[in-house]
Amino acid sequence: MRNATGRVNSQPVRASTCVMAAGTALEPMTGEAAAEIAALQLETATEEFSSVVASHRPQIFRFLLASTRDVDLAETLTQECFLKAHRNWGGFRGDSSAMTWLMRIAINLQKDHWRNRRMQFWRQTRNHAVDLDEASDWLPSGERSAEQKMLAREQVGRVWEAVKGLSERQRTVFLLRYVEEQELSAIAQATGLSEGTVKAHLSRALARVRAELGGKR
Amino acid sequence: MSYKERFEGEPGSADDRTGLNEGDLKDSELEQVLSNFRSSVRAWSEAEYSRPRAAAKAARGRSWRLAAGWALGCALVAGGVGGGVYERHQRLETARIAAVHEAEQKRLAVEEKAREEEELLAKVDSDVSREVPSAMEPLAQLMAEDETQ
Repeated sequence: MRNATGRVNSQPVRASTCVMAAGTALEPMTGEAAAEIAALQLETATEEFSSVVASHRPQIFRFLLASTRDVDLAETLTQECFLKAHRNWGGFRGDSSAMTWLMRIAINLQKDHWRNRRMQFWRQTRNHAVDLDEASDWLPSGERSAEQKMLAREQVGRVWEAVKGLSERQRTVFLLRYVEEQELSAIAQATGLSEGTVKAHLSRALARVRAELGGKR
Repeated sequence: MSYKERFEGEPGSADDRTGLNEGDLKDSELEQVLSNFRSSVRAWSEAEYSRPRAAAKAARGRSWRLAAGWALGCALVAGGVGGGVYERHQRLETARIAAVHEAEQKRLAVEEKAREEEELLAKVDSDVSREVPSAMEPLAQLMAEDETQ
């Protein structure tokens, strides 16, 4: 049975009896049948998780890449995110979408990473984050003139500069809204903040972007 | 849909929440810039996502191995240099002690030789004075008197 989020409802089935909604008791289930059902459920869950990984992995990686600007770190955190998700897949009830649930795990992992890095700064031999200029280079060419491309590249660079100056929370909210194009309610669920707080963070982040773009023109 | 419109229907002023009133940048311009930013991030992410990661992982592993190699190399060089310096110092010290010892030996030998020569001269002197021939006895007496005066 699939719920609103498209997830198969994998509630455990009692091996002894199976009772219908009307209260009609069916014949007791044999151990063999119960094992068969359990194996089927496990197979279904594995298939579900595989499809979740396939459909959401690029998005999680993109969010982590934009947050950290470090390709290797983004890849590592993405792997950790899906590892954690796999371990807790049984506990996912489908209260939110799988994407929101995964994004929440990714945000927490990222938070943990920065906290550990601050505490163990001496362990870091070098920073792998790419330069803002390098990050701004990735602009689809489209059908623009060379001048337009240059201007767009410069503006994207300024947005990166503004994003760099944002607090961790503001950056997360900004990227979820303007890169991942998530709804405010989904951002609130993923970050664990109220919608009002999300709006406030978004407002400050946008003001900073605007100031960066307006102030240096 | 503009960014102002997206917030329409929500409580409070849209401008307060989005910061669209600040600065002199128009909404359409900001929208265009944010759209470019989004495209840029997506293009970068797609390129990196499809790129094989094994090389990068190996590079990071290599960097640790390289650092460990450098540390070991530095330790070996420092140990070698330290050992060499210590060895040289020891050799110089031994040479200095040997030189001092040799000089002392020479000095003792010279002193011994001088003492022996002195003794020999004294012996010769006494022998000579003892063996004055009888014919020379008066002259020896005169010399002895001169010395006493």
